[in-house]
Amino acid sequence: MLSALLVMAGLAIAIGAALGFAAVKFRVEGDPLVDKIDAILPQTQCGQCGFPGCKPYATAIASGEADINQCPPGGEEGIRKLADLLGREFKPLNAENGVEKPKSVAVIDENTCIGCTLCIQACPVDAIVGAAKQMHTVIDQLCTGCELCLAPCPVDCITMEPVGETVDTWKWHYPVIPIRTAA
Amino acid sequence: MQRKLFKFNGGVKPATYKTDSTREPIKAVPLPAQLIVPLHQHVGGTPYPLVETGDVVLKGQRIGAADGNVSSAVHAPTSGRVVAVEPRVMAHPSGLTTLSVVIEPDGEERWIDCEPISLRAMSPDQVRDELRDAGVVGLGGAVFPSHLKLKPANGGTDTLVINGAECEPFITCDDLLMRERAEQIIRGAEIMQQLLQARRVLIGIEDNKPEAIAAMQHAVSARAAGSMEVVAVPTRYPAGGAKQLIRVLTGIEVPHGRRSTDYGVQCFNTGTAYAIADVIDRGRPLVSRIVTVAGNVERPGNYEVLFGTPMNHVAALAGIKPGTDRFIMGGPMMGFRMPAYDVPVVKATNCILVGSPELFPPPEPEIGCIRCGECARACPADLQPFELYWYSRAKNFGKAQEYHLFDCIECGCCAYVCPSHIPLVDYFRFSKSEIWARERQKHAADVARDRFEFRNERIEREKREKAEKLAAKTAASRAAASMAAAAAPAGTSDHSEDSKKALIAAAMARAKAQREAIAPQNTEALPPDQQAQIVNADAHRAAIAPADGNIAAQPTEKSPAEG
Amino acid sequence: MSLNSPYLRKPTSVTRVMAEVLLALVPAIAVYAWFFGVGILVQIALATATAIAFEAGFLKLRGRPIGRSLADLSAIVTAWLIALAFPSIGPWWLVVAGTAFAIVVAKHLYGGLGQNPFNPAMVAYAVMIVAFPALMSQWPGAGRLDAAAQLDLIFGGARAVDAVTAATPLDSLRTGLRAEGSSVNALLQGDGFGLFAGRGWEWIAVAFLIGGLYLLARRIITWHIPVAYLGSLAALETIASIAAPQSYPGPVFSLFSGAAMIGAFFILTDPVSGATTPRGKLIYAAGAALMTWIIRHFGSFPDGVAFATLLMNLCVPLIDMKTQPPVFGHKTKN
Ligand code: SF4
Ligand code: SF4
Ligand code: SF4
Repeated sequence: MLSALLVMAGLAIAIGAALGFAAVKFRVEGDPLVDKIDAILPQTQCGQCGFPGCKPYATAIASGEADINQCPPGGEEGIRKLADLLGREFKPLNAENGVEKPKSVAVIDENTCIGCTLCIQACPVDAIVGAAKQMHTVIDQLCTGCELCLAPCPVDCITMEPVGETVDTWKWHYPVIPIRTAA
Repeated sequence: MQRKLFKFNGGVKPATYKTDSTREPIKAVPLPAQLIVPLHQHVGGTPYPLVETGDVVLKGQRIGAADGNVSSAVHAPTSGRVVAVEPRVMAHPSGLTTLSVVIEPDGEERWIDCEPISLRAMSPDQVRDELRDAGVVGLGGAVFPSHLKLKPANGGTDTLVINGAECEPFITCDDLLMRERAEQIIRGAEIMQQLLQARRVLIGIEDNKPEAIAAMQHAVSARAAGSMEVVAVPTRYPAGGAKQLIRVLTGIEVPHGRRSTDYGVQCFNTGTAYAIADVIDRGRPLVSRIVTVAGNVERPGNYEVLFGTPMNHVAALAGIKPGTDRFIMGGPMMGFRMPAYDVPVVKATNCILVGSPELFPPPEPEIGCIRCGECARACPADLQPFELYWYSRAKNFGKAQEYHLFDCIECGCCAYVCPSHIPLVDYFRFSKSEIWARERQKHAADVARDRFEFRNERIEREKREKAEKLAAKTAASRAAASMAAAAAPAGTSDHSEDSKKALIAAAMARAKAQREAIAPQNTEALPPDQQAQIVNADAHRAAIAPADGNIAAQPTEKSPAEG
Repeated sequence: MSLNSPYLRKPTSVTRVMAEVLLALVPAIAVYAWFFGVGILVQIALATATAIAFEAGFLKLRGRPIGRSLADLSAIVTAWLIALAFPSIGPWWLVVAGTAFAIVVAKHLYGGLGQNPFNPAMVAYAVMIVAFPALMSQWPGAGRLDAAAQLDLIFGGARAVDAVTAATPLDSLRTGLRAEGSSVNALLQGDGFGLFAGRGWEWIAVAFLIGGLYLLARRIITWHIPVAYLGSLAALETIASIAAPQSYPGPVFSLFSGAAMIGAFFILTDPVSGATTPRGKLIYAAGAALMTWIIRHFGSFPDGVAFATLLMNLCVPLIDMKTQPPVFGHKTKN
């Protein structure tokens, strides 16, 4: 009995040591917390979280000034990831900040645009091109869908169009919920 | 004659179901009422349309031009009239649409003028361009543009592999093509050998196709090409996978993410070889292919089908049996269920497999993985599918990638053998597309972050510069004033100052006039509240006017994405 | 249910695999009953009934389809292994409690089929031998008890045990060796020992071997675990018996005694709790052999297979992770 116990204990120690060694060896050096949070945020830069961009929000989360459920574009998945990263409880998106919407891009009605450049100034990622008095266009690959350009437009010529699925963005579904028989 | 063959691990031996569709020769298909030719039928850029609704086209006329080099052209499969250029449902499991040219045949099948291409008169680059413009892509199912693969490797190409293995059950299009048109395949192989400057050509055919092997051997010996050899390879799915066949014939394993040319090997399907000979010797672009119709049909067989022919038009010739519930493009192991019966035959369509619940019964419900390792023993890529499954199911994609998810060729062997009936490949396809989506998202986020930061910096800089300018100006004017007070005869500078001011005033007036001239004409019929908003905006704009040219010009000036 | 390829499936299922395993156990059970009486059959019936009852109950509790899950037969395999591992003349509640523990705790609390890190049958054995060491060590002697006596022992209350039971050969050998001046050879001549191992027991082991070979032939199991396990155990015993012939009985006795055979072919090969990669299986089985050998000769339990299995189960994730075979194209660094 004793020797069996000893063997087991010895083995347990050996395995523990191996695991510990592995943990030390394979540990990845982390970025500072703010960058890690910022990497999760969607970079829509829409300000719905109440901060002028994702980085400021990330900084606020890191310093404990803001909660993790204030980013509508990041949605539930984003909150989950933040909760995971920070070891906090998941909580649903704060409705005050907005609602999760399918990704859209801004489209400028080129017939109506008066070339006022207001939207250009509003766009956080310089995704709108055009010069004064010339028609403006949104570069749709760069548009984050933040909607910040909608309000400033004096002639309301900007609309948000949901991004359609293409063969390149089409995804296979998660296999039909498996009936996991537990026999 | 006995050459040493190599083995790949794993693989399975499902029943082949091949004999039925090989009884009769390749048959022709009567013209359908409409041909729906998708522009995007290959890997790479989507060709742009060269025709418009109402145009009259000839058979073989280019209707879609290759977009860049990694792309391929598309041609009118018959003569007729273009009745629409519009999105149509494509032969893809997603059921999405793609821009297609719809042609109503005139029934005359009038060809364009076909000029054979002289290999001697042209540089290899020109020949490759010709192949691109003739729309030649891999017809084994991968539809990768062939001209891109026909460059000799840096270290020289040792072996050209012609893939006639055709390992998927039911499919016999390559088999029949080899039996009936071996000479032209060999001719195509010769052309490819020449372009690749390959030392030898190995034609791999599974040993369950003795007729094809005999026909090909005959054709090879007739041409007395000493460097060409027909090799019978053991029948074992997926021996026809390019990597597996290369392994069997040469012993070389091409890892995921590397091209076989890096190892001195290049692999083409027999159908591609045949198509290339068509282009070079007869000047005919790729407008049709051999398609197997099998499964739940009365008379399984092979047909020469024009691209764009609706699948049900072809399948009807073989007599669709009652109980049919789906069309599968490709074989039962790797094929995809089609979203509709009338999707067009495209370059990737090697087989229209007519499915029914009797033929392919719905799989039994999935139960827990018992880690029996059957899947790992069957996997030709030497993966551990049960681990991949475990992590895919848990959506732990990082781990799945660590276990080499992307080495999976989706051959289906693992799901074929799993005693727990787990649809393993479904999990892998899901994981892969999810990972790609995330990478796209991450890329977009990174770009947005960079641009946001760049913009913030720019605004900062502008503020700073403005402040500096202002400071300098006040300093200068103060200096000037003190100078003027000190010494009156400095009139010249005074004069220039005045003229500058006048110039600016004039420019502003001009700008104002122009702005008024282009004032929006489409705002008249707006409700009063919106009119008020516009008036407001105008006032606001007037307020910011001096700065606007400045700011507007900035973003286009240098944006990081373009730089 | 999947609507995607592959549309062809090999006609195989967990049920079929488990049925083959049950079939492969039949010869050993027959031999067991032949030598030691009907006790084993009663125990198997008890264990099977318990397993089915608890499996069904628990499935219901977890809201899973009952019929289909029961049909995969894995619970019955567990039950049979428990019955074979427990003494065939133990009281009825012993095997019932063990089986219930195996199904409920060792299997379902871990998530059900495929999720259990430990072999449920061996968990049951380990728990019961720790809890009821005396009852778990009372084995029938070959041909000593008639059916009525066995049934009385199983279902009756009073247990005049010493008169009718015997220790297993491994046990008596070890007890014997404790005595001053004893030698293996002398002991093996004694009562309870047969041609090359324990009387009766040796033939059960042979029957397990036959069943195991059947599983190998049917490709239900691969050669790795049995070969590595039996090979390592034999090697260790050979070395020991050469070094100290007085105290070690040698490889043949070892392989055909205790649970070595059933372990090699039926217990260690349990796919769920065992290693899965080919190299991993070799390491796993060799480790189990070493553990078995150590516990047999230096531990206080009569047999080491159960604890060896559980200990190695613990190492499986690590073993599998570290022994992944090289992926296609990554074998040689180009
Ligand atoms: S709400 Fe908008 S600005 Fe705030 S973190 Fe989310 S995407 Fe970024
Ligand atoms: S074949 Fe199925 S049950 Fe067996 S290990 Fe693979 S996934 Fe698990
Ligand atoms: S589908 Fe992927 S994991 Fe499954 S056997 Fe084929 S290559 Fe291996």
